[in-house]
Amino acid sequence: MPRDPDDAARLKALRRDLAPDLARLERRMVLRGGLSLGALTLLSGCDLSTGSNGTLADRVLWAMSRANDRVQQWLFDPATLAPTYPASMIDSPFRFNAFYPPDNIPEIDEATWKLEVSGLVADKAPWTLAKLRALPQESQITRHICIEGWSQIGQWSGVPLRTFLERSGADLTAKYVGFKCADRYYGSLDMPSALHPQTILALDFAGQPLAPEYGYPLRVRVPTKLGFKSPKHIAAIFVTNDYPGGYWEDQGYNWFSGI
Amino acid sequence: MTIVPETPSRLVVIHPLVVRITHWINAVAVFCMLFSGWAIYNASPLFPFAFPKWATLGGWLGGALAWHFAAMWLFALNGLAYLIYGLLARHFATTFLPLSPGAIWRDARAALRFRLVHRVGRYNAVQRLAYGIAIALGLLLVASGCALWKPVQWQALANLFGGYEWARRVHFAAMAGLGGFILLHLALVAIVPSTLLAMITGRARVTEETVR
Repeated sequence: MPRDPDDAARLKALRRDLAPDLARLERRMVLRGGLSLGALTLLSGCDLSTGSNGTLADRVLWAMSRANDRVQQWLFDPATLAPTYPASMIDSPFRFNAFYPPDNIPEIDEATWKLEVSGLVADKAPWTLAKLRALPQESQITRHICIEGWSQIGQWSGVPLRTFLERSGADLTAKYVGFKCADRYYGSLDMPSALHPQTILALDFAGQPLAPEYGYPLRVRVPTKLGFKSPKHIAAIFVTNDYPGGYWEDQGYNWFSGI
Repeated sequence: MTIVPETPSRLVVIHPLVVRITHWINAVAVFCMLFSGWAIYNASPLFPFAFPKWATLGGWLGGALAWHFAAMWLFALNGLAYLIYGLLARHFATTFLPLSPGAIWRDARAALRFRLVHRVGRYNAVQRLAYGIAIALGLLLVASGCALWKPVQWQALANLFGGYEWARRVHFAAMAGLGGFILLHLALVAIVPSTLLAMITGRARVTEETVR
């Protein structure tokens, strides 16, 4: 039966709006389902799903993750650089990776895009891409290691986050730098990692302005942390002493996740 | 009715208390590490297969990683305690040594023909080799695991394994080796269940003539 083209378009738009929520819901249901199916996970709430005030197993796992944050903060050496690689070792094509399928990548208009700055910073004026490009730029060819285990070598360039924070008059003694993204993702870094010389606000990937799937127009690149600690499509940066958490961290990924 | 003269026998300690405690803590730790590790492997399989869902721990990647990074402390610190005890109390020297290729060859051939003589409280050369390999695999798992956990902070260690991607393969191979050891270990315990009791009580009955 032929469908009204208007209806079809509306349906398509609706499906697109709902997809991330559906994916999330589905994942949660898989979690719960996995509990009853998995012979080794018959005890409910030993998968972090009941939170840090949940079952005994979950409380222990969350407490261990917080303890591992402290161990990793202590192990982190601000002077240790991530290994860099020759251009011949760059992996291509580079994987697209997000909590949603590629057709949900946010469409961002350069003309209206602005980077908001808030929290413990002196200058809260929003930044344009042109203003960011006028700052000193850094380029790096480093290994991106995903929490799933795979890794790829890529080339990113942009503004060192330290430079950006200094120019914004940020309180560099604050504990956290937080990020809010155009795709509902959010994340945060400890200040020592934010100030690491290789932590950059990347504008380019592989020598070109960031493609939409790699975080256009601006992403964080932290080669001393797992990939999920480098949010894409950044819309706002804030400096704070209150733990901001993160999209995955709030569900149970280890917050520090240093490598 | 004939009276069979009772063979004189007595209970001797064959597994010291420290060995028994560390053995059972290790059993729990290895169980957690193995099954959470399989769930982590499944998130991005290195090889064209995945582990069955029922054999994984943690429910999802975040849960599995939380288990792995919690149990790793138990595995490493308990292993360290065992190594310190084994070296200082000369446990390794007295139970796993001496060990020569000739003795391994002789005992392996005897074992395959089911002619290997067992003496309570004394490991044959094949057992000594197997336990030595299991300890070495444990050390390799911790070392390659550290390289995977901190390939930037501990890049010298990661480079020793040929970088992050090779460290993944070494970690997997060491896991497979330890898994093979565990299968053999459990199979032998199933064949001679009294060894299970001995690892709990530490004691085994020895007839006088076998005591030297």
